Amino acid sequence: MTNHWIDFKNADVILIMGANPAENHPVAFRWILKAKESGAKVICVDPRFTRSAAKSDLYAPLRSGTDIAFLGGMINHILQNKLYFEQYVAEYTNASYLVSGDFKLPGELDGLFSGYDPQKRSYDVKSWSFQKEADDSIRRDPTLQDPNCVFQLLKKHYSRYTPELVSKTTGTPKEKLLEVYQLYASTGRPDRAGTSLYAMGWTQHTVGTQNIRTMSIIQLLLGNIGVAGGGVNALRGESNVQGSTDQGLLFHILPGYMPVPSADLPTTAAYIEKHTPKSKDPQSANWWGNRNKYLVSYLKAIYGNNATKENDFGYNWLPKLDPGMNGSWLMIFDNMLKGKFKGFYAWGQNPACSGANSNKVRSALAKLDWMVAVNLFDNETASFWKGPGMDPAKVKTEVFFLPAAASFEKEGSITNSGRWAQWRYAAVKPLGQSKPDAEIMNDLYQAIRALYAKEGGALPDQLLKLTWNYGFKRADGSIRSIDIHQVAKEINGYFLQDVPEPAKPLKPGEAPPKPREPWEAKKLLGKKGELVGGFAQLQADGSTSCGSWIFCQSYNEKGNMMARRGKKDPTGLGMFPEWSWCWPVNRRIIYNRASCDPSGKPFNVKKAVVYWNPLAVLPDGKMGAWVGDVPDGPWPPLAAGAEGRKPFIMRADGVAAIFGPGLKDGPFPEHYEPMESPLAQNLMSRQLNNPAVKIFKDPAVKEDILANADPRFPLVATTYRVTEHWQTGVMTRNTPWLLELQPRQFCEISQELAKEKGIANGDLVEVASARGKVEAVAMVTVRMKPMKIGDKVVHQIGLPWCFGWHTPGVGDAANLLTPTAGDANTMIPETKAFMAGIARKG
Amino acid sequence: MEVSRRNFLKISGVGVAATTLGLNLDPVEAKAQELAIQHAKETTTICPYCSVGCGMIVHTQGDNVINVEGDPDHPINEGALCPKGSSVYQLRDNKARITKPMYRAAGAAAWQEVTWEWALDQIARKTKATRDASFVPTSKIKVKEKVAGVEVEKEIEAEVNRTMGIASVGSAALDNEECYLYQKFLRGLGLVYIEHQARI
Repeated sequence: MTNHWIDFKNADVILIMGANPAENHPVAFRWILKAKESGAKVICVDPRFTRSAAKSDLYAPLRSGTDIAFLGGMINHILQNKLYFEQYVAEYTNASYLVSGDFKLPGELDGLFSGYDPQKRSYDVKSWSFQKEADDSIRRDPTLQDPNCVFQLLKKHYSRYTPELVSKTTGTPKEKLLEVYQLYASTGRPDRAGTSLYAMGWTQHTVGTQNIRTMSIIQLLLGNIGVAGGGVNALRGESNVQGSTDQGLLFHILPGYMPVPSADLPTTAAYIEKHTPKSKDPQSANWWGNRNKYLVSYLKAIYGNNATKENDFGYNWLPKLDPGMNGSWLMIFDNMLKGKFKGFYAWGQNPACSGANSNKVRSALAKLDWMVAVNLFDNETASFWKGPGMDPAKVKTEVFFLPAAASFEKEGSITNSGRWAQWRYAAVKPLGQSKPDAEIMNDLYQAIRALYAKEGGALPDQLLKLTWNYGFKRADGSIRSIDIHQVAKEINGYFLQDVPEPAKPLKPGEAPPKPREPWEAKKLLGKKGELVGGFAQLQADGSTSCGSWIFCQSYNEKGNMMARRGKKDPTGLGMFPEWSWCWPVNRRIIYNRASCDPSGKPFNVKKAVVYWNPLAVLPDGKMGAWVGDVPDGPWPPLAAGAEGRKPFIMRADGVAAIFGPGLKDGPFPEHYEPMESPLAQNLMSRQLNNPAVKIFKDPAVKEDILANADPRFPLVATTYRVTEHWQTGVMTRNTPWLLELQPRQFCEISQELAKEKGIANGDLVEVASARGKVEAVAMVTVRMKPMKIGDKVVHQIGLPWCFGWHTPGVGDAANLLTPTAGDANTMIPETKAFMAGIARKG
Repeated sequence: MEVSRRNFLKISGVGVAATTLGLNLDPVEAKAQELAIQHAKETTTICPYCSVGCGMIVHTQGDNVINVEGDPDHPINEGALCPKGSSVYQLRDNKARITKPMYRAAGAAAWQEVTWEWALDQIARKTKATRDASFVPTSKIKVKEKVAGVEVEKEIEAEVNRTMGIASVGSAALDNEECYLYQKFLRGLGLVYIEHQARI
């Protein structure tokens, strides 16, 4: 999230789309209701009339998988009716940039952007670049009139998204579309804020990244980023999925969103050169310019004294990807099915139910020699060998089940969706012989380390050179049990030697400071052994360590910031700066400098996140400071001239990207149909699907089939969650109170479809896709309605994905139905829109 | 002193008791039932389910969790919990929890209980054997190079030091420190196939 849960109360309009917080984040919904009490309007757009819809002022249905069409229509409405926040758009976004004259829009190329190569299924992005001035700076038109400027291209692109065409594609009645557009666009005024709440309803599509991009463009047009009650807010589904992403448990990133090294970058210098954006604009902070400090400090954290300048800080011990190699989820199970893995760790996860196309996942598990499953409860993954259709005698996979402790049986921090890292204490000892996950990791590390130390093997140094100083040591030097505070401190980072304060650049005419007298103490940024105070203090020469730069400050010399329980709320906006700690540097609303005009005056003075006080006197005698939330950097606002900085400090050019040439499937979002759709032809262009997605169609893999516009599977299907269960249900299906409340798989269908199929409420039905079948109880409801798509009537159905065969009598996983198809940029599986059929059983 | 809501309740509770005593000096026969949590230890925690991050108080007596409820001082949930949060107590008082390591041999039809020592030794040996057998020190890749001002593509043998035969998934259910430790451990084994819930 750019903002945080309590901040919802500050919004004037709340758009819930691709999420259902009343059901899935029920306690946070109170902040939405608080906003309503203060007069805010709530909009809910969803294929189904959800619990969130029931609490909304305005509900609009849409066909699952058509969000870009819906939101593209909103962009068109905002531009045609001049409802955008002009100053914000002109000064804080790349709307004024001129794009290459070779660039062509999908309206001109039958649904494709310029540069497409159908053989490679990818774009040559040369024509997506910006025009340059003689001094290499980007050519701009501040009046936003040039036909090649981003603003005019945006206008041209979305002029195709007329309410009529959008309505035909999405199935949303035209008048509902306009009602939503008008209400949400009302937040384009400086004194109004609109917030966007989304979840997996937006991400789990082959156009997932572009769904969110579309909303980001809307938020930028309306000036809703950086302000209280605004932002683009992912309502994440798991207590620490924010933290597990921050800490780099993914194939493509190290902790702190640092790219995983690739083979074409053999040295830290090459890595830094490639991954450090450059800017000649003196008003751009270009924060990723600090990449070198974060990389070297990470290497010093994991390799300690073994990382030296001479060995390039151990950089080559880090495993590397080939350039372009994809190790993401769908690829793991595709490779596993093809016998490429012998071993597999399923640590706190149940892919046999959570993985799209679960039959493929389950078949893949049977190809393994061995698997380690770590969990609180037995589940469909650990016991896959005795699941439906499996003959245990034929499954050769050895499985080890290691029992883990529950969250309240150990100590540590988790990061919520608003980036708040909160500390948890151990209330009791782990149950039975179960152990905290960190202890299991320690045990495994020590056991494997001992084998390598004794027997040698493939590059033992990769493991042996890791630091592992986390607590009480046995006589042989191994760690008996992990002191989790030591890990938290390693993540925060240390000064590894005395680091002097850097010399401040002198202003013209300023006298240099007096040299230090021999009896005066050196002025230090930090002393050897001290915890680093914040990431601005990290160094690139190996004098600091930091496991995850965005977590630098979380546990410093002032103590464990994540354990704080202060209740002050000085702004009254609910930021609670002394409650726990949030990354980065306790900034509660990111991009907050964009909430002020270039002079530092808040656009909305009644809800000022930050403001510039030119009269504040700093300790060094300088004047001027930001007041309120921790600002995005201490520099004065833009109008201050050379010392001022643009607000979007993580962008090389300091402004937000309405035109986004960094994505694989286009610099503007374009509507494409899901890989399985009721339509044989896209109603908006001749390009049916996202042209840049990877197609899985190995004839040897029987599970990899798609059924587009197939009369056997005429229903648009989607999956979702229920309040009483969580994820695949491993914890909640084993919680008797919850299982009693929500006891088995069901499928929601409209009254019209029920009539057509002769299904009554409570009947047992079989839901089938081209890949699998699921038994469910029919729930005939008015919450689902048939829709008119083009000239045909389309029915939608939906079912929760929290069930699995391991719990007797509840039914099996909804993901047996979903396809192996991934987003063009992230490869997140498309599990929110696929085609199915339904029939009454028996 | 800052008075938190919980402290306030405690203080006012004492106040009410004192007032009652002041007004009524008759011997009191009927005693209110003691609260089950009166002598319990309180530990604060954060809910393990969705990402709202609701504060909770876990009441324990010895090794038993006797109650879990919302933390009224927590600024997000202000004491409220949803059905999942309210049932966290049952994650402890639960017969389905696995409390001993288990092993399933190739072709076996059932789990068997094993010791930690044996399981860890077996996993360590298998991890090492698979790593050693599938470790790739170098890989042939294509790079672009400028030769006399002209960009040419050439194939090189680049150092990659990765383990191709093992993959890992998980987990957003771990604490931050555990996630960090796990990625460090996995990268120390040379794994590149590292994924978890965030991708799906």
